[in-house]
Amino acid sequence: MAEVATQTRGSILGTRVARIEDPAFLTRGATYTDDVVDDRLAGALRATFVRSPIAHARITSIDTSDALAADGVVAVLTAADLAGVPETQAPPMPFLPAPMAQPLLAKDVVRFVGEPVAVVLTDDAYQGEDAAELVAVDYDPLPVVVDVRASLAGEVLLFPEHGSNVAFANGAPSSDDTFAGCEVVVRREIVNQRVAPAPLEVRACAAAWGEDGRLTLWLSNQGAQGAKAALAGALGCEPQQVRVITPDVGGGFGAKVGADTDHVVVAAAARQVGRPVRWIETRSENLLAMTHGRAQVQTVTIGGRRDGTIEAYRLEIVQDAGAYVQFGAVLPMLTSLMAPGVYAIPTVETSFSSVVTNTTPVAAYRGAGRPEATAAIERAVDLFAAEIGLDPVDVRVRNLRPAFTEPLTTQTGATYDTGDYPAALQKVLAAADYPALRREQAARRERGDARQLGIGLSVYVEITGAGAESGPPSENAQVEVHPDGSATVLTGTSPHGQGHATAWAMLASEELGIPIERITVQWGDTDLIPEGGGTMGSRSLQQGGAAVTQAARELVELAKQRAADVLEVDPADLVLDRAGARLTVAGAPGSGVTFAALAESEPLLVRSVFSAPGPTFPFGAHVAVAEVDVETGKAELRRLVALDDAGTVLNPLLAEGQRHGGLAQGAAQALVEEVLYDPDGNPMTTTFADYPIVTMTELPSFELVASETPTTYNPLGAKGLGEAGTIGATPAVQNAVIDAVAHLGVRHIDMPTTSYRVWTAINEASEG
Amino acid sequence: MQVSITVNGTARTDDVPPRLLLAHYLRDTCGLPATNIGCDTTSCGACTVLLDGESVKSCTVLAVQADGRAVTTLEGLAGTADQLEDGMHPVQAAFRAEHGLQCGFCTPGMVMATTALLAENPNPDEQAVRTALEGNICRCTGYHNIVRSVLRAAEALR
Repeated sequence: MAEVATQTRGSILGTRVARIEDPAFLTRGATYTDDVVDDRLAGALRATFVRSPIAHARITSIDTSDALAADGVVAVLTAADLAGVPETQAPPMPFLPAPMAQPLLAKDVVRFVGEPVAVVLTDDAYQGEDAAELVAVDYDPLPVVVDVRASLAGEVLLFPEHGSNVAFANGAPSSDDTFAGCEVVVRREIVNQRVAPAPLEVRACAAAWGEDGRLTLWLSNQGAQGAKAALAGALGCEPQQVRVITPDVGGGFGAKVGADTDHVVVAAAARQVGRPVRWIETRSENLLAMTHGRAQVQTVTIGGRRDGTIEAYRLEIVQDAGAYVQFGAVLPMLTSLMAPGVYAIPTVETSFSSVVTNTTPVAAYRGAGRPEATAAIERAVDLFAAEIGLDPVDVRVRNLRPAFTEPLTTQTGATYDTGDYPAALQKVLAAADYPALRREQAARRERGDARQLGIGLSVYVEITGAGAESGPPSENAQVEVHPDGSATVLTGTSPHGQGHATAWAMLASEELGIPIERITVQWGDTDLIPEGGGTMGSRSLQQGGAAVTQAARELVELAKQRAADVLEVDPADLVLDRAGARLTVAGAPGSGVTFAALAESEPLLVRSVFSAPGPTFPFGAHVAVAEVDVETGKAELRRLVALDDAGTVLNPLLAEGQRHGGLAQGAAQALVEEVLYDPDGNPMTTTFADYPIVTMTELPSFELVASETPTTYNPLGAKGLGEAGTIGATPAVQNAVIDAVAHLGVRHIDMPTTSYRVWTAINEASEG
Repeated sequence: MQVSITVNGTARTDDVPPRLLLAHYLRDTCGLPATNIGCDTTSCGACTVLLDGESVKSCTVLAVQADGRAVTTLEGLAGTADQLEDGMHPVQAAFRAEHGLQCGFCTPGMVMATTALLAENPNPDEQAVRTALEGNICRCTGYHNIVRSVLRAAEALR
């Protein structure tokens, strides 16, 4: 367990405060979207989608008559029936090809298994399942493309009118000149496999249209304001006609951002039938139709000298965007930006193509483009080290950027704020006792043990809190003190497990002296909080939290102006008495006025927008220790030692929880998880019985190393932390598994490192 | 079909369709939404409740199978405790103290499965906890603090 190194502040900041939201979660459960009870949803119908069972086909006919005659069926809507919505949908980013935007319901062609074709509205959910099976859709199969290289070749086109399967591409074609002077060059294809975000709460929404023509949509989502904009656009109505409310959210991991076509259909259907409609998907639907993550085929080329100096690195990416363009199509931009990672490699080149395939669309998943960058460079460095026969630590030490405290610009144009990568590596090596691990590994190799030990490293830097395309990253907050002495914080961020109700209360409490139990944090209602960036990209504390602190500080200044009038003193003579949540005259602690009293005559509130100079770049180093049974190929993770430096820590209890979750998801990608399709585009991982979502027995307890290098970009000194684990742990664990069998001649095993893959690699190496 | 089920200590009789799942009976008929459904295939354990004191996954039990039996859900757990901590059952309090929950969706099932585990084995070590609760999936915590919560609860209950 990490030590608390921050108690010296003498404040609530930096302390292990248990969550104030937990007693309700633990005694009556949170209120997720399907739990919402509201008069506006009285008599709501249940929506059930009819989804394509075929990966690529022309729809020749849809017969809804049997379904319409079934018990409890109120309506069955196909693309032809859906009224009042735009003829076509726009892609999520204007520079992506318009024909590749997913329609609300499939019109003439289906392009992945799980694509919505029709929606059935019934009185209850069980009737919906029955009736959906009665919708008869005739499909005329089309050739299928699943593999990205086949897609790139373009023999089968998903959108013939676009003339190519490439949705987005960038970068120069490769040139061997880059590596001409290198003593050693290693080139390798690496698959960063497709995985499922799989939040425990699946997608859900509830739509009700008022007599005023306004939609209220309860939605399980990571940012109500962004979802509202997306919904209004997709529905073809004015933004002010849409109100989005996000109840408690059961996990998101990047896949509950914006609005999916399913949500838009539910809203449109409710308008069409004039009744409220609720929808919650099944887990199978979630695995079929919620966006997937990662899904890159990478080619790394790394070159340098035999002394371990890396002179050039190239990363070429083919990104699987899935059947329609989503955020996945632009993920390689982030991967390319972060390609050089922590290394001072003189020449770094990147290029990418994002292609469509007959698979579920790809979008953000915890890390979103950055884990792919770290996985590529950290694997490449190990390949280089293996080729020249040096310890991977020595190669890293030789090539790491030195510590820096002023922003610097990287080979790919990123501006890193602060960092000390060599120190991070040395600390984590000491915590893991790296020399002892190597000795243990040598002993097992010497003895020829069946269970061999592998030690995997990664050193990483990531980008967090990146802003909108226009303007700097920013977020708003409002702080109000009420006459009864309580306070309310409104935030444009949107927690779904992170604990903002506690964390933002701590920030306001620090400035105002009001106990956290008396501070209510609200989010996720676009009528109450019209603007906000939500919670994604590890942005919340460094921008949303900073906005709370800024608003609270401005509220103290406002209160001083009012208190000066009341007490007939100069505002400059007033000081904050935290213990009493009041302002007193300096030198006369008996005289004073509370914030509560100042709120009696007129509301005492401040809304403030915090803008950061730019994104921040947290960093860290991980050591993973794996045991591999060389007879069966089974790999097991024994230890994961992690240093994740995200600047100043607000609440170590919550920060450690964020790290644990990320580490588990990183290890899960390295070891077990993968979304699979057969060559005909049939998904093979459509339940938790088939998709090997990581369980308790596959993971160890984690060993966390504390480190805090503050950023100067916000008053809290905080960088983003939520995605760190997936970025650092994934290659560390993969490298550990490969290292365990490296003495048998194995140089690489793609993720997930299943028994079959490891066993095959061992056998191929011994044959080779 | 008519069923008589004692839910969180209160006897009730309801007419239910034969195919109604216990999870939906608890959520929709009884109005107890803490029991969540996460997978439909008995894989994730979010819907775990106690049926006559033993943990079951209520998404794969029919309401009619609970006829004549007693069900305890998260909402009723505190009512079964000998002693409360901050109004919570010791298992609930331990999950809070160790930050054993984030989004909270797996939590009702995790808490009920923990309660059943500790009734059976009051003194588990870390490996025993991991093995016993393998059928309960959490996507947020990486299980680290859940394991700690269970060990803390075991200590509190001993």
